[in-house]
Amino acid sequence: MRILPPLSKVGISGRGLVVTLPYLWLLLFFVVPFVIVLKISFSDVDLAIPPYKPLLEWVGQNSLAIKVNFNNYAFLFTDPLYVHAFLNSVKVAFISTVLCLLIGYPIAYGIARATPTTRNLLLLLVVLPFWTSLLLRVYAWIGLLKANGVINNVLLALGVIHEPLNMLYTPFAMYVGIVYSYLPFLILPLYANLEKMDWQLLEAAEDLGCRPWQAFYKITLPLSRNGILAGSMLVFIPAVGEFVIPALLGGPNALMIGRVLWDEFFSNRAWPVASAVAILLLILLVPFMMWYQSVQARESASAR
Amino acid sequence: MNYRRSFFITTCLAFGFAFLYIPILSMVVFSFNASKLVTVWDAANSPTLKWYYSLLHNEEILDAAWISLKVAVINACGAVILGTLAGFGLARFEQFRGRFTLNAMTTAPLVMPEVITGLSMLLLFVAMEQWIGWPAGRGITTMTIGHMTFSMAYVTVVVQSRMATFDIALEEAAMDLGARPVKVFFLITLPIIFPAILSGWLLAFTLSWDDLVISSFTSGPGASTLPMVVFSKVRLGVSPEINVLATLTIAVVTVVIIGVSLWLTRAGKLAAAAAAAAAE
Repeated sequence: MRILPPLSKVGISGRGLVVTLPYLWLLLFFVVPFVIVLKISFSDVDLAIPPYKPLLEWVGQNSLAIKVNFNNYAFLFTDPLYVHAFLNSVKVAFISTVLCLLIGYPIAYGIARATPTTRNLLLLLVVLPFWTSLLLRVYAWIGLLKANGVINNVLLALGVIHEPLNMLYTPFAMYVGIVYSYLPFLILPLYANLEKMDWQLLEAAEDLGCRPWQAFYKITLPLSRNGILAGSMLVFIPAVGEFVIPALLGGPNALMIGRVLWDEFFSNRAWPVASAVAILLLILLVPFMMWYQSVQARESASAR
Repeated sequence: MNYRRSFFITTCLAFGFAFLYIPILSMVVFSFNASKLVTVWDAANSPTLKWYYSLLHNEEILDAAWISLKVAVINACGAVILGTLAGFGLARFEQFRGRFTLNAMTTAPLVMPEVITGLSMLLLFVAMEQWIGWPAGRGITTMTIGHMTFSMAYVTVVVQSRMATFDIALEEAAMDLGARPVKVFFLITLPIIFPAILSGWLLAFTLSWDDLVISSFTSGPGASTLPMVVFSKVRLGVSPEINVLATLTIAVVTVVIIGVSLWLTRAGKLAAAAAAAAAE
């Protein structure tokens, strides 16, 4: 359905004024930076401030030389550390997304089927942790998981275990942290999708002899496809480049690409290498971002 | 049949919310623990407020909090202006040049890994300094610009979805009665989308207040935000003062979020009542 916006009467100039400011802002501070990252990813590392060599250099009097090199990329592909970090990040993000779905789907479903009053309360409870600092919530897991932490103390007191479990600074801790932090991002879009569901379809299916699980599998699950995709994308894409959680919970062996980028930049001052890592990460993630955008477009089209 | 399913779902909800809230509750409880070991409860001397006292006298944390507050407030105001314009434009103007690009540019920051955004921002500031001499060095200004760029995307989404649900006839009526577009925006559109703008402001404030990665890239020496100080402390292990900080944060967030949602519900009911009265 096409709605003619009344403000279109303002004409091009009025419209232009409204969108020009945010447009230019994002162009300058969001898009142009990527061009610079791309440029620096082709530069040589230099012991200077800033620590890279210019791409364009005056040689002699009037000739300008362009020095493009692929050394940084070649370096990333030959050193197994970086390849491993990339693959590991994708693996960790994928498993975390699946875990978030397994935990988050029943929650989103439960909220969508609750009475309106309960529903608002439960939604508030999902959103509330999201408003408190991510850093502090990740920090809370250090206190829970460490050797003399809460979980170990409780299990020891109950006699379930006889010596503390080693949980902190393991992949397990990292998965817990990522699933915990990203769960609301999955629940909210999924809930928004399930909320629009026509539950009479389920009743009809059951009247026609479907078992509840069959009805769920054949009706609810396919109809909530866009919610599942949008929520999964909101978890998967940022989780691939996650830095804070592996840095705090994962221990020294948690090789995630976001951490590699951080270390190349802050510890090694290798800005060109960090830029090349960022470009490769971007190339990996852009298809998923475009997918996310098309899912969103479909969702808002179906909402009209 | 129905009972079994709801039993399963109720169990999932119970475990899910326990998972979400146990870490938060543990920080609140241990903020009152006297022991420096944090997670070992010192029954003889607890509960105590001594870590509250020491946090409120910790100069490093207080200075960082003050910087974070300044950045967050300026960021929220700027992001709300940019995000409202973008959200309004995307929701109201069906076609304009660059619509696709603007849409993509306001969606991408929502999912972009922060390390990429942070690095690219910093490299832009360095390049700009070389070319035009601004910004000279990095600090609060560059951090605020970085925060505004990603938090305006969130405001855009919030405003855009609110715009999509409200009745366009209200604007048309005002136009038919002779109001100029700008007047319509300020008298009709703005009050209606105000809840979205308020949530957008709070969201932008929180995103900035919590941000570690983009701040670390775009900040300079001497401008450490609260998350930067917390991160460097937490890397060394647990600290009782951080539990206190978390408890204070949770208290403020809970009061503000519940207050705002109650207020918005009431405002919504009043508006509905007024609309019903007008319809009679």
